[in-house]
Amino acid sequence: MFTAPHVDWAHLAPVAIVLLAAVIGVLLEAFVPARVRRTVQLAFTLAALAGSLVAVAALWHGVRTSGGVKVLGGSLVVDGPTLVLQATILVLAIIAILVVADRTETGEDAFAPSAASVPGSDHEALARRLGLQQTEVYPLLLFATGGMLVFPATADLLTLFVALEVLSLPLYLLTGMARRRRLLSQEASMKYFLLGAFASALMLFGIALVYGYSSSLHYADIATKIGSPTDLDTLLLVGSVLILAGLLFKVGAVPFHAWTPDVYQGAPTPITGFMAACTKVAAFGALLRFVYTVIPGLKWDLDVVLWTVTIATMVVGTVIAMVQTDMKRVLAYSSVAHAGFILTGVVALDAQGVSSVLFYLFVYGLATIGAFGVVWLVRERDADGLVLGEATHLSQWAGIGRRHPWLAASFALFLLSFAGIPLTAGFIGKFGVFSAAADGGAWPLALVGVLASAGAAFFYVRIVVLMFFADVPEVEESGEPAASTASVSADDAVEPGTDVELATPQGAAVATLVEERPATTVTTVVRSEGLAAVAIGLCAVATVVLGVFPTPVLDLVQHMSTFLP
Amino acid sequence: MNLTNYLVLSGILFSIGSATVLLRRNAIIVFMGIELMLNATNLMLVTFSRMHGALDGQVLAFFVMVVAAAEVVVGLAIIVSIYRTRRSASVDDVNLLKS
Repeated sequence: MFTAPHVDWAHLAPVAIVLLAAVIGVLLEAFVPARVRRTVQLAFTLAALAGSLVAVAALWHGVRTSGGVKVLGGSLVVDGPTLVLQATILVLAIIAILVVADRTETGEDAFAPSAASVPGSDHEALARRLGLQQTEVYPLLLFATGGMLVFPATADLLTLFVALEVLSLPLYLLTGMARRRRLLSQEASMKYFLLGAFASALMLFGIALVYGYSSSLHYADIATKIGSPTDLDTLLLVGSVLILAGLLFKVGAVPFHAWTPDVYQGAPTPITGFMAACTKVAAFGALLRFVYTVIPGLKWDLDVVLWTVTIATMVVGTVIAMVQTDMKRVLAYSSVAHAGFILTGVVALDAQGVSSVLFYLFVYGLATIGAFGVVWLVRERDADGLVLGEATHLSQWAGIGRRHPWLAASFALFLLSFAGIPLTAGFIGKFGVFSAAADGGAWPLALVGVLASAGAAFFYVRIVVLMFFADVPEVEESGEPAASTASVSADDAVEPGTDVELATPQGAAVATLVEERPATTVTTVVRSEGLAAVAIGLCAVATVVLGVFPTPVLDLVQHMSTFLP
Repeated sequence: MNLTNYLVLSGILFSIGSATVLLRRNAIIVFMGIELMLNATNLMLVTFSRMHGALDGQVLAFFVMVVAAAEVVVGLAIIVSIYRTRRSASVDDVNLLKS
């Protein structure tokens, strides 16, 4: 006898809208003429995310009064933290997609005209000449966002695994689609894929062990089972550690952080911003739910693991960030350090911990997207005035504050927010997680966190000083940006070493790609269509406003921070 | 036959798979190691499912197969694109990204 399952579509709406839109986006790719495809896809993507955000808002009041609902037979839980995290992911995704969609005034976006073409080949040159664009980026972003919306809402291990893969697979692809420095991009993509697949295989093994222990995949059943000890505790312990490893890989915690700098550096910069902000929010959401609802019974066993990881993450992230010379790697290691700061709130294991982590994730995401937006606009320009790739070496940022005060000021603001300077949102976030950790009895973590923040402030402030006060010879760069006809050859000239490298099959000549840029390039800020500027502006305003008047948002989060068991 | 044997076999297969990932240098072989890990886990899930007399584990095993197929699509696309660029699929040759 077949009974149709009851599906609570209303509470599934935020997820369903985004995933359905992603599927329709694939169809748009096939049926919409190439000329208008980018416009249509962009508008459709933003509309879908906004619609999903409206759905979250519509559910807000009901969930706040009822405390939460289980849908799909308990596979998903729509409770306070779920809605807060979904709203955070959607807001950040909308802002990040503005950066992704931005083009320079010569019509170049951040993606290879044809990602399948071999770098330096005739095929690629042809694709460039024809001005092709990979608008598949937008459906991929929607699929990733859909997975991220499911991830913090999962209440069973099966959904956890599927959501993890749905959010990861599009990101592996997006990482490899950069327009410039394509070898680095492809390499980052492969590293991310192999390590990510390895981590999810480990996590799956953990899931199997926990299933063997508890004979159920549902969080609630597992938590009940943990309460009554059996002789299979080793299965449970090893399984939990492996699942935690999978989740910690996604948040980029030490010792699972090795992929972070490479992937952040190699991926197209707007995608890095999206990935750094939204993935971290989603993964911390899933981690929070797992730690708070499944394994509180194992607190005494797993605290050692979590404390070690937290301290190592803060220290390693901070110390290695100090010696980096590439802007994107600095931001990557800073994101590792931030994963550690957020983990202190997770380890605190009290209600204040949840709300402070939720707030921290939001402000961290805003500053991250803004910072990578700025990195995307700061470019190299060669002697002929052609705009090249991002100027990521720190030395290239010297004195940029004098020539582009607004852009540099907003970047400085994001860095100060990362550093946790008062009157920026980052300060409120850090204060929240550290005080939650101290109240939860984890004061050594809070102490290490404060010390690591002080160390981190050093390299953030160093960059600010470099931008505004460094003594550099004044470079005349007021010349007109490259005309559109010239941009084609600019693309070809991106990597001086590419052609040589292709001629010699093995990697010897590859080294030319990572050598210092030729001295003839100057650093400039590319003129774009303005979407990235809008996104940076939004992030900057939000960072200041949340730093000065955090109370409304803190209250909003406070009332929504109870997990449904 | 004792069901525990299947668990042991699955553990051995998983170890072979992870050793392959960590030790081998060809990206395709590394990827095969990951697939072996996933399939070893499937065996374990099905065995536990049988032991507990519940179907959840078998359902999860089906999901894992679908996910593994999707992973193959994405993974081979990435590895092939790298191979076409560099004429090499060795993970030691991709070393441009360094601090």
